[in-house]
Amino acid sequence: MQTQTLTRKIETENLSVFYGSFKAISDVSVEIYENNVTALIGPSGCGKSTFLRSLNRLNDLVPKTAVAGKVLLDDTDIYAPSQDVVDIRRRVGIVFQRPNPFPMSIFDNVAYGPRLYGIKKKSVLAEIVEESLRGAALWDEVKDKLDKSGLALSGGQQQRLCIARTIAIEPEVILMDEPASALDPIATLRIEELIRKLRERFTIVIVTHNMQQAARVSDYTAFFNMGDDRAGYLVEFDETDRIFTNPQQKLTEEYITGRFG
Amino acid sequence: MAQDIFSQVNLQRVYRRRRLTNKIMLGLTGLMLVLALIPLIWIIVYVLIKGGRHINLDFFIHLPQPMGTTGGGILHAIEGSLVMVVLASVFSIPPALLAAFYLTTHESTPLASAIRFSTDLLAGVPSITVGLFGYAVIVLAQKHYSALAGGVVLAIIMLPVVIRSAEEMLKLVPPDLRAGSLALGAPEWKTAIKVVLPAAAEGIITGIMLGVARATGETAPLLFTALGNDNYEIGKMIKQGIEHNQSIFDVLGRIFEQPADALPLTLWKYAQQPYPERVEQSWAVALVLMLFVLSLNILARVWIARRRSALQ
Repeated sequence: MQTQTLTRKIETENLSVFYGSFKAISDVSVEIYENNVTALIGPSGCGKSTFLRSLNRLNDLVPKTAVAGKVLLDDTDIYAPSQDVVDIRRRVGIVFQRPNPFPMSIFDNVAYGPRLYGIKKKSVLAEIVEESLRGAALWDEVKDKLDKSGLALSGGQQQRLCIARTIAIEPEVILMDEPASALDPIATLRIEELIRKLRERFTIVIVTHNMQQAARVSDYTAFFNMGDDRAGYLVEFDETDRIFTNPQQKLTEEYITGRFG
Repeated sequence: MAQDIFSQVNLQRVYRRRRLTNKIMLGLTGLMLVLALIPLIWIIVYVLIKGGRHINLDFFIHLPQPMGTTGGGILHAIEGSLVMVVLASVFSIPPALLAAFYLTTHESTPLASAIRFSTDLLAGVPSITVGLFGYAVIVLAQKHYSALAGGVVLAIIMLPVVIRSAEEMLKLVPPDLRAGSLALGAPEWKTAIKVVLPAAAEGIITGIMLGVARATGETAPLLFTALGNDNYEIGKMIKQGIEHNQSIFDVLGRIFEQPADALPLTLWKYAQQPYPERVEQSWAVALVLMLFVLSLNILARVWIARRRSALQ
């Protein structure tokens, strides 16, 4: 399926994440390629979201979290003591499961990020807002009500607003944590189309419970499972086509054919 | 099989009994609601009747007349209450909000437990004890009673009310909202001010209003701190300040440093006077106090509703 050469954007080396004494994921080593969509699938509780959130250090917000192993973003370890966490989060954005627009206007929602990095000029901000909303396929629906609250939009529109907010600071990677699971089928379809489009500009990692969705949107798929010690581990990682047509592991086959999970 | 079982019971009877039980319980809850509302309505109506007669414009814009004469108003108490409640709000709301933020972001640290425990203790301290504390720490040190001392003790009374209600409201903000802001690289303080606080604003303001209502109604702590002052009049103090070319700080200093009166304090004093006019006036003070707190609540609610519709 891939003909162009692959550039490695993120690489995890034996990544384990602990919440207190509980090991949430164990020894995950995976490569995520630039301008590709990588899907993370697996049964509930297998640590997909934990893995995703460790890629921009959002797990730091959970008290007593500890990380072993490495997460390399362009070959620099994002957990190195000298690494600035704000810089990581600017380069690696995230879209959450439930749309979470801020309690402010549509314009301010999108301008929130750029303003954090010192962009104050109204004309520049307006340009970024328009560009980001176009990028998130929301511009035509909201261009006449940019001063209205982001909370007044529908669920699908709110989620695209959150995507616009994320791309407004031009990240390199976008993490998506089940971005369509709270949406209806039509809104889901629009998000999936958007993901395919965003792939041209960004590297995307998406957690999904929906295997058809993984098959539709992703180029690569990582299948996680929960071990006997309740820690999540990586079972198989490959091109999506291969995972869904010719998986190497029996467990993967059982999962994608719906025999467990 | 199942039909055999049900053929032996009279379903109609079961249904009838359930309908009857439903009616009785519904009636009972309705009755309890009315019973619970009776004291409230009784108080409002009674105070309206007893106090309403003495309410007129003069009552609001004049200082008290000497004892034994009729007429005069309660301008001193209205202004004193305002000054002290504003002071109390300024002293208590910022630290209370900061404490509430700490409690929600560091839920289970030892310091959080300590804050929660002492907040509960503080809420349980009798208000007259808080007044004595103000007397010992501020009045004795300054060697005079003052509106400032009154404001400080009212702030102490407001503190636990605002902390606990703000904490509850902040807890209701979805964690991913905060995470969303931090994920964009926003610092914690900016996330708190721009995202979390607005999301919880309505509940927090309701909590602040509760605190303000509580502070406005307190009498005991003011006995030891603000004392009372029949001649407390802000307009006069400002006018004198202008006449003597004083700076705004001098004028504010005078406003804060003088002993002051407050609505509940005036009510309490008037009610035990031997002069019938004074006792009558104390009812009117009660009415003003009640309306003050009520309108504060209504204003807050209107503001919240406006804000909500403006956002939609």
